[in-house]
Amino acid sequence: MYKIPRILPAGDKAVVVEYGNEISEECNKKVLNLYNALMKRDITGIVSMIPTYRSLLIKYEPLRITVDNLAALIAKCDTSTSVEEFKPKIIEIPVAYGGDFGPDLDYVAKYHDMTPEEVIKIHTESAYRIYMLGFTMGFAYLGGMSEKIATPRLEKPRTEIPAGSVGIAGSQTGIYPIASPGGWRLIGKTPVKLYDPYREKPILLEAGNYIKFVRITPDEFYEIERQVSTCAYEVKIYDYNV
Amino acid sequence: MECFKVINPGLFTSVQDMGRFGYERQGVPVSGVMDEFSFRVANMLVGNAENTPALEITLLGPTLEVLQDTVVAVTGAWMRPVVDGREMPCWSSFPVRKGETLSFAPVKAGCRAYMAVLGGFAGDTVMGSVSTYTRGGIGGVKGRRLEKGDILSREGDEFFAHFFKVREEYIPHYSSEEEIRIILGPQHDYFSRESLELFLNSTYTITKDADRMGYRLDGPEIKAKEKHDIITDGILPGAVQIPGNGKPIIMLKDAQTTGGYAKIATVVSTDLSKLAQLKPGDRINFRAISLQEAHQLLQKMEYVLDDIRKTLVPSRYFDVTVDGTVYNVNIELLK
Repeated sequence: MYKIPRILPAGDKAVVVEYGNEISEECNKKVLNLYNALMKRDITGIVSMIPTYRSLLIKYEPLRITVDNLAALIAKCDTSTSVEEFKPKIIEIPVAYGGDFGPDLDYVAKYHDMTPEEVIKIHTESAYRIYMLGFTMGFAYLGGMSEKIATPRLEKPRTEIPAGSVGIAGSQTGIYPIASPGGWRLIGKTPVKLYDPYREKPILLEAGNYIKFVRITPDEFYEIERQVSTCAYEVKIYDYNV
Repeated sequence: MECFKVINPGLFTSVQDMGRFGYERQGVPVSGVMDEFSFRVANMLVGNAENTPALEITLLGPTLEVLQDTVVAVTGAWMRPVVDGREMPCWSSFPVRKGETLSFAPVKAGCRAYMAVLGGFAGDTVMGSVSTYTRGGIGGVKGRRLEKGDILSREGDEFFAHFFKVREEYIPHYSSEEEIRIILGPQHDYFSRESLELFLNSTYTITKDADRMGYRLDGPEIKAKEKHDIITDGILPGAVQIPGNGKPIIMLKDAQTTGGYAKIATVVSTDLSKLAQLKPGDRINFRAISLQEAHQLLQKMEYVLDDIRKTLVPSRYFDVTVDGTVYNVNIELLK
């Protein structure tokens, strides 16, 4: 982490506030604290912001706020990690593991000389921090997967992976919000929609929150899927306590 | 109300507004018009608010059957609108009548034209914008480019017979080689002084890989001091990425919101309109300017748009029969 955050130019309508050159919870918290502090202040002239691992991109309207005023506002925001303006939540993602839901579960287990049960146990044990979203609509970059189940990507990516697939790529785990090609090892699938453009909240996940995977049976999968299709399903969300 | 039926959609025609803001942090690209200047003038000409959805037409215009009398205006790339065989002026509003066919002459200069309609095109509003993002399948007409048989509707049903022209001196001239102004950064410190000079003193050609998501360029390779990869961070339209092969990529309106290549520079917002009018094979020279200069350019563009609005020339269209031949005459009203 830098002693003093760097403010970098990103054209004439944006600046990047960079806190370090590392992927760490500490650095990411600084980013999100600034993001939340600016959101709360609802500053005229800030168009939108993109928080990422270690920096915050702030789009502004130069004819409504000068870059000097913006920099002064940024400097005034308290981003010390002790002052959490944002109360992180845990979002429970139900996942059916193995079989057609997760065709690579057996491979991942074999790769680590484990049983599939052990892989599932490790995968559902921890809460995963959402560092940022990007790459595609609703895709969350998660941190915190155990190295014990880290597995290299497929040598030949699949041409179509269904939305909701849960996979492992190296030491990362993630969920495909929309159907797309990809090389992740698929270990399960969630019936919950991470992305639905016509929902009041089109994208379920937000940076700074946490995900917990909860194992469900195939029957439960189909039941939740049915409830999701009629908008009757409510995702479980609760406070994250350190 | 229904106003056009698509007989032929053209190469890539989509409904766009100024873009989708507020969801970038969740991975949703902004989308929206590539050439904001032309888009805003098109709406001005038909009396719409500036951020009213219009058609973005790429290189080859559509053929539309007119279902109701209305008023349209075409700006941007030089492809003259043709109504039942009669060529109409660009950068002007004009009437179209039920039963007529509106098509476009081949493009003479530029790449993207904007067609505004009185009241604005109706489309799917998704996350606060009507802009079509085809890769995500949202906005506009079913989240895709226009297809044969689509019915386009407009908001409202008024019709008026006031037409306007943009004064000649405000109409941009498009060329196949443009100077594109940039501000260095955010990661220009990944490159040596020599690399930065090479980048700024070379001519780059737009390759065939050029669409609403971005333009891949061909030209001298720019090598980073150490590595080209960064910890993935935010991207905005205009960002110039330098991947490992050293060939710049300019990210545009449909670009993903985050990326992992070093960004040597960012195109200033006023020059995105200029970029939108370049096509594969056209050439670019980059020039670095200061943030202050860029903000002056932005202010100047607003003044120009204001002047355009204030100096629109009222005009009328008449069918005049001379010796049995019907002529469509466009007359500027003198005050």
